[in-house]
Amino acid sequence: MEIGGILAYMVSLAIMAGIYAIFCLGLNIQWGYTGLFNIGIAGFFCIGAYATAMITTPKPTGLYAHYVHQIFGLNLPFVMGLLGAALICGIVAFLIGIPTLRLGEDYLAISTIGIAETFRLIFNNEHWLANGPRGLMGLPQPFQGLVDPKHYNYIYLIIIVIIVVIVYLSIERAIRSPWGRVLRAIREDEVSAAMSGKDIFHFKMQSLVFGAMVMGIGGALYAHYTKAISPDVFTPLYGTFIIWVMLMAGGSGNNKGAVLGAYVIWFMWTGTTFMTNLLPYTLKARAPYIRFLLIMILLEIILIYRPRGLLGEEKKVSKLVD
Amino acid sequence: MAELFIYGIVLGSIISLGAIGLTLVYGIIRFANFAHGDFLTAGAYIALFMVTGVLSWIGIPDSNFGSLSFGWRMAIAFPFSMLAVGCVAIVLDRVLYRKLRRKASGAVIFAMSSLGAAFIIRMIIFILWGADSLFYRPGILRPALELPLGIKIRPDQILILLLVVFLITLLHFFLQNTKMGKAMRATADNMELALISGIDTERIIIWTWGIGGALAAAGGILYGIDVQLHPHMGWNFLIPLFAATILGSIGNMYGALIGGLTIGVAQQVSTAFLLPTYKPAVAFIIMILILLIRPQGIFGGRS
Repeated sequence: MEIGGILAYMVSLAIMAGIYAIFCLGLNIQWGYTGLFNIGIAGFFCIGAYATAMITTPKPTGLYAHYVHQIFGLNLPFVMGLLGAALICGIVAFLIGIPTLRLGEDYLAISTIGIAETFRLIFNNEHWLANGPRGLMGLPQPFQGLVDPKHYNYIYLIIIVIIVVIVYLSIERAIRSPWGRVLRAIREDEVSAAMSGKDIFHFKMQSLVFGAMVMGIGGALYAHYTKAISPDVFTPLYGTFIIWVMLMAGGSGNNKGAVLGAYVIWFMWTGTTFMTNLLPYTLKARAPYIRFLLIMILLEIILIYRPRGLLGEEKKVSKLVD
Repeated sequence: MAELFIYGIVLGSIISLGAIGLTLVYGIIRFANFAHGDFLTAGAYIALFMVTGVLSWIGIPDSNFGSLSFGWRMAIAFPFSMLAVGCVAIVLDRVLYRKLRRKASGAVIFAMSSLGAAFIIRMIIFILWGADSLFYRPGILRPALELPLGIKIRPDQILILLLVVFLITLLHFFLQNTKMGKAMRATADNMELALISGIDTERIIIWTWGIGGALAAAGGILYGIDVQLHPHMGWNFLIPLFAATILGSIGNMYGALIGGLTIGVAQQVSTAFLLPTYKPAVAFIIMILILLIRPQGIFGGRS
């Protein structure tokens, strides 16, 4: 492979890792700072991606409408797609929070799994909604006409980097504020936080919704990157667990760790494709399973031997206090 | 409708087997075992390995029992697989969860670890058997028996119900009458109190995993006999299992039985109005309703 090819490959890796970094940052708000156990990230991934697809593409007309069913299409710009995805994910998170956030953490966990599975089932089976298992395609990409489509990924990488930085800075700002300190107090000891007069339910809800909105943006960025989405993308493995492994590896409770974990694990994950290429032919078809098996074993090792991850949480509470 | 109800009872009895194991683990070891669905899958595939592999190789005859769809091979594979999955559950506890217990990790770390274990089991099944649906015995299903009200039921399904009743009765007597069963109930009530009464809680934990794994394996095999085997079958059972457990109050074995039957009937009856693929979603909606109305489940207990 010549230099140009390698560079293009690295760019595509960096884009996907950047998208995963956004999911990790969203999960870090929920799990890293508040201790909310969301294992249905794939649900918010899916909702964010479908939301932006319906917002930014036009409703199919004429002959095309016979082949593609879509309940609505607003044909709005990219930015509106991102905002809409964040908004809808926020609403879904709010609704799931109502029955579960007053209960133990396991209830939120199993409910988020339920939400992820239910939305995948709905998008798969309701053809009128978003074209069923065939999914939607033809999503617009921002600044599409500026360069040769061959080199478009460079522009998208810049967009991803800018959004990762914005999300990172806004989470850092929020976490270092009094609000963020309450979240961490809840994570450490719910009862004493409640005794200090903090309304646990509302703070947890805000954290859940905020994190879900960030995940919605991640889902939208994914959809505009691949330009085509279908329900089978948002599986528990690609949509949820790899993100958990990234955050646990990078260090939950540390936003730098979240981004680092996303890049490290994504590069490792794609690196294992080269490894499985060496397998005998009969096993090659099952190579993805072997790769996931390795990733899951890695997760177990991290949980037992290094639960803090690579970076671990910074103990600094505020810039005013050492 | 009456027929869907009966099928719901069959499905529900399978869910109950899983949910009873889940609720015992939840009540005694105090964590949500997200690998429980995959114990069902593991049980079904280990039995498949026995039926189509080992037992046919050592020359156990392939004939059926009467009008059932299986014979001696399955009769041997069934208890073997229960034992094997019980051992798998115990090994997972020794390798993963005991280490976490010693480090006093939070409940969520346990749950996360069990989720990882769930995927490890499933990936191994994918690697060994591939992603296709499999059957213990390919070919046409056995003819159904005609019952009153136009209900058609297969002999297999009647046997499934009888087996579930048998296993649950066995467990009932174990928990009520044996020393170990009483110790398990004591630990579920109050672990500290059990410890100072001289109960070896590590042994209780091993027994709980063993029983939970064995029951899950039985559920998985019975589902495989009734429907089919697929590496995702256990994952699709996960939400119904939790819904049944929560509905019947966590830690309550009889609650899990009632919960399982309720969820099974609701899932089957829903197919009269909804696509059958929505079954997990039906269980999910029921679970959300329980959480809204009565989060401690129908039998009260701990909230």
